[in-house]
Amino acid sequence: MAADQMTVSVWRGGPGGGDFKDYAVPRFDNQTVLDVVAWIQQETDPTLSYRFACRVGMCGSCGMVVNGVPRWTCRTHVQRVLEANRIEIAPLRNLPVIKDLAVDMDPFFEKWIAAEGRFHASKSRRDDVQEVVPDTEERAAVDAGIECINCSVCYAACDTVAGNPDFLGPAALNRAWTLFNDVKNDGREAILDAVSHSGGCHSCHSMGNCSQHCPNDLNPMQAIAGLKRATVRRALGGR
Amino acid sequence: MDLRLYLLQRLSALVMAPLVIGHIAVMIYAVQGGLSASEILSRTQGSIGWALFYGLFVLAVSVHAAIGLRVIAGEWLGFRRGYLAATMWISGLVLLAMGMRAVWAVTAGGVS
Repeated sequence: MAADQMTVSVWRGGPGGGDFKDYAVPRFDNQTVLDVVAWIQQETDPTLSYRFACRVGMCGSCGMVVNGVPRWTCRTHVQRVLEANRIEIAPLRNLPVIKDLAVDMDPFFEKWIAAEGRFHASKSRRDDVQEVVPDTEERAAVDAGIECINCSVCYAACDTVAGNPDFLGPAALNRAWTLFNDVKNDGREAILDAVSHSGGCHSCHSMGNCSQHCPNDLNPMQAIAGLKRATVRRALGGR
Repeated sequence: MDLRLYLLQRLSALVMAPLVIGHIAVMIYAVQGGLSASEILSRTQGSIGWALFYGLFVLAVSVHAAIGLRVIAGEWLGFRRGYLAATMWISGLVLLAMGMRAVWAVTAGGVS
């Protein structure tokens, strides 16, 4: 079916720089931004580089900046973002570009490690399974932040990361906070140490871009506030 | 910003909050019926209370502003490490020196 057309402006380039290039793309019903990028690559320009995997909002691979807003493109419908029959698609902010719409996620994941956003087992295989009581305050805090898909949309949205490249960022700190509250995790002190350095949770200005843009409606700003409280409580001698 | 600076900035804010209210309250009280330098000086000169009030205020402002300027210099001017420390210490010490000089002037009458 010959559909209406729209203009899609896609950022093309590499680490040295680049520019936007316009493509005419047919409009279809129920079309996502990722569909648009895939159409361009398959039908118009096979040299276009981008990243995706699951196409259903689970893997966190397809984050891009759409009309200036970081989004998961597989779950973003064209009809929601089309402005004057145009869409502008750029690589995620705050991460080095590899080529076109594909960014290098290494700094993002290195900061997860730096924030101690990794599991510290409290038991071995010889111990009984740790009981997880669902209605504790700690478990509620874990549940609130655990659905992160590592898409880096919050990291791209964060103005503090843009101004301070050392800042660990919302996703890593959100992960640190969920682990801090997890009874199965044994690294509470290590986490508080890791997020108390320069670039840690105290660098956050609570602007809330992370919580505003998280595609899974998580609230990393609240998680960071929790880390601030926990570190201050420890510094003042409490627990 | 690390935990130590974060705590110092919050602590200095806690100190400043009542002092700001006291400062504004006295301003409103003092301007009733006109304001003159001699009236202000008659209240502050020789007063250990006002010297402590504004001395503490200046100290808190110097700490608070210096840490804030350090963050701004880092995020907006791209300063790192040594330059950040220099921004913080120089701005803090300049504010402290200017503020304490003013406090000395209106309480002890040393400079005029």
